[in-house]
Amino acid sequence: MAHGPAKGLSRWLLTTNHKDIGTLYLWFSFTMFLLGGFFAMIIRAELFQPGLQLVEPEFFNQMTTMHGLVMVFGAIMPSFVGLANWMIPMMIGAPDMALPRMNNWSFWILPPTFLMLASTLFMEGGAPNFGWTFYAPLSTTYAPSTVTYFIFGVHLMGLSSIMGSINIIATVVNMRAPGMTYMKMPMFVWTWLITAFLLVAVMPVLAGLVTMMLMDVHFGTSFFSAAGGGDPVLFQHIFWFFGHPEVYIIILPGFGVVSQIIPTFSRKPLFGYDSMVYATASIAFLSFIVWAHHMYTVGMPIAGELFFMYATMLIAVPTGVKVFNWITTMWRGSLTFETPMLFAIGFVFLFTIGGFTGVMLALAPADFQYHDSYFVVAHFHYVMVAGAVFSMTAAVYYWLPKWTGKMYNESMGKAQFWVSFVGFNLTFFPQHFVGLAGMPRRIPDYALQFTDFNMMSSIGAFIYGASQLFFLFNVIRTIIAGEPVNRDKVWEGAEGLEWTVSSPPPYHTFTTPPPVK
Amino acid sequence: MAAQDDSTYEAYYVPEQSKMALCATIGLVTALIGLATAFNDMTFGEGTENTHSWLIFNLGLAFFVGTLFVWFRTTIRENRAGMNSAQLKHSYAIGMQWFIFSEVMFFAVFFGALFYVRNLVGPWLAGEGAGEMNYLLWPDFSYSWPMMETPQDSVVGGAAAQPIANNGVYTGPERDMSFPGWSNIAHWLPLWNTVILLSSSFTVHIAHLGLKQNNRAKLNLWLGITVFLGILFVSLQILEYYEAYVEYGLKLTSGIYGTTFFMLTGFHGFHVCLGMFMLLIQWLRATTAGHFTADDHFGFEASSWYWHFVDVVWVGLFLFVYIL
Repeated sequence: MAHGPAKGLSRWLLTTNHKDIGTLYLWFSFTMFLLGGFFAMIIRAELFQPGLQLVEPEFFNQMTTMHGLVMVFGAIMPSFVGLANWMIPMMIGAPDMALPRMNNWSFWILPPTFLMLASTLFMEGGAPNFGWTFYAPLSTTYAPSTVTYFIFGVHLMGLSSIMGSINIIATVVNMRAPGMTYMKMPMFVWTWLITAFLLVAVMPVLAGLVTMMLMDVHFGTSFFSAAGGGDPVLFQHIFWFFGHPEVYIIILPGFGVVSQIIPTFSRKPLFGYDSMVYATASIAFLSFIVWAHHMYTVGMPIAGELFFMYATMLIAVPTGVKVFNWITTMWRGSLTFETPMLFAIGFVFLFTIGGFTGVMLALAPADFQYHDSYFVVAHFHYVMVAGAVFSMTAAVYYWLPKWTGKMYNESMGKAQFWVSFVGFNLTFFPQHFVGLAGMPRRIPDYALQFTDFNMMSSIGAFIYGASQLFFLFNVIRTIIAGEPVNRDKVWEGAEGLEWTVSSPPPYHTFTTPPPVK
Repeated sequence: MAAQDDSTYEAYYVPEQSKMALCATIGLVTALIGLATAFNDMTFGEGTENTHSWLIFNLGLAFFVGTLFVWFRTTIRENRAGMNSAQLKHSYAIGMQWFIFSEVMFFAVFFGALFYVRNLVGPWLAGEGAGEMNYLLWPDFSYSWPMMETPQDSVVGGAAAQPIANNGVYTGPERDMSFPGWSNIAHWLPLWNTVILLSSSFTVHIAHLGLKQNNRAKLNLWLGITVFLGILFVSLQILEYYEAYVEYGLKLTSGIYGTTFFMLTGFHGFHVCLGMFMLLIQWLRATTAGHFTADDHFGFEASSWYWHFVDVVWVGLFLFVYIL
């Protein structure tokens, strides 16, 4: 085994090292985050005023679609996979991921896939324009011809996710250091183990779904055409059977990150560790039996509406357990508010708001008003941005000193938090109101009474977007000119094996397993 | 595996840099771009321009398959060179098990679509329950499974007089694939295929026993028989498809019955081919290179797991696609 990284570009192209691959994933996902954010800025610029100013409606549809796809599959998911690559082997005392070459393959599938997806913007017929949920028949009968590239793109992303997840499962199950029993694993590892299980379970479902689309579009099958005895609603059932676990795939690793950070800066162990594990597992189980709450308005039998309503509201129980555990961890702790802690507390506060609007949306009779309105947009951005992206940002600030051996600038970090926090809420809080008042999602123009709130939303979005460039600057500045930290345990209150190795850690850590108390 | 102490720890082999992942990506992505372009040429465009898309697909695929060959050869050589600790071997086993689980979920979605269509969509289209307004669209449609008449067929004037937009023309088949009655049972191919595939699960197990007893002749013979049964299965299925298309008028475009029939049996057949190919490789390794020992034969074991999985899927198909 080589003792250090190879020189030049081949280090990154051919690597089998979990830290290098983690770094690749993180940079790739941030690039995609900026690309998806650029699409969002176009959307918000168009919606700054009523009427059509900047883009054609057709192009606007492509922007909403590409924004969703790039953010979900290109930014959020790979960012947490990058975190898993960096942290899981160091947290469980493993020499590397279980299957290192496959790990490299999982990553390298992604850049060409997203290049292919983005290139559809310049193809005849334009990029996919049917929304990130790509409901049939918009994505079959009425689709632009680029839908075929989209379908194979989804296949490739699925392949990457499945291989990545199998790798994570094999690592966690098989590579823990002696003495690291399941119930001693850090919460981040637990949440990723459960996430990986969800991914292996539902990415094949998505692959099956896009395969059905491919056959309907090109080979005359009738899965989603009532004229042949199929049903467009079948599409929605299958999509959301994938899609609901998918939203937990996005948020569970974020739960794990916050469960690492809050104890560190509260200087107390995580309150209710066991219940955290069981709550995570319950959320994962429930995620398989609630999918139709995304489609109350399609005309399901009433028994179906009721079942999915009650099952959905049940999710609030394990989620509440988690929120209360985070708060109780902070209770009477000796708290300090470094940047990661600020983002973690921001996560708990804003994610809970997103959770509450989720319970509102779960009510079938009320949902007929909220369905496909900006209220839904506000709801899922509270859990996706303030949930997943805030926790990811917290993770970067928390582990950056470990990864690079250098400390970020604390005042710049705090400034970024407050600008993000204000920008985020300014963007998405008004969207609750316009949604309740009846503004539908995915439209380039709107009725005049929504103007003020939309202007606020757009201004907030530009502020939030700028804060991400500021974040990028802070990270690059740290890598180039940060203060060296010179200690293994960067944070005084931190626990765990990753804090027993030097900062930055050697290229290969734990080639023999460390002792675990 | 997590419970080894320091003194007995066998170093986990972390491979050096490898070009294989990058090559596999280049091959796979090239192939899929070629395939997507080829499909688009067929359906969306006029089909007059020569875009070389099939050539791109074939080149990409060849490069991808070549890379996989090198990749598997490398892992086999590493194992034979004794580089793999017991822990690493366990990682490979876990990887294969979860891969099969993902395949189970892939088939689950097609079975799920079948159940949903048969139990809910069909009756709804005919105006029952939640579909009570559908008589406005398809007043003369009555539902039965197998669906010999599509909703489109039920409209006077057929595809030309469609009340809603659709992708194309869906004409029901003349005959279905279900049980043809006791007098014709000898000509019912799915029954023979069931017998063939179920026996092949036993033959591969006998081969495994032979391997564990260090009886190489037994291994080679019964593994060879398994591969032969796999080839027989696929041949009969090709014959069955030919009959369906030419004699029964059952096609991919025959509405939802043809759709679910061909997609379920087709993906299963594709997986049989894959499993048979895996077993064939193992047979070649055993007969020509003398690979495998009684206690170290993961390539064989993983292929046989896959084969049993394919067999179980067939039992589900036979029940829900052909009999019930």
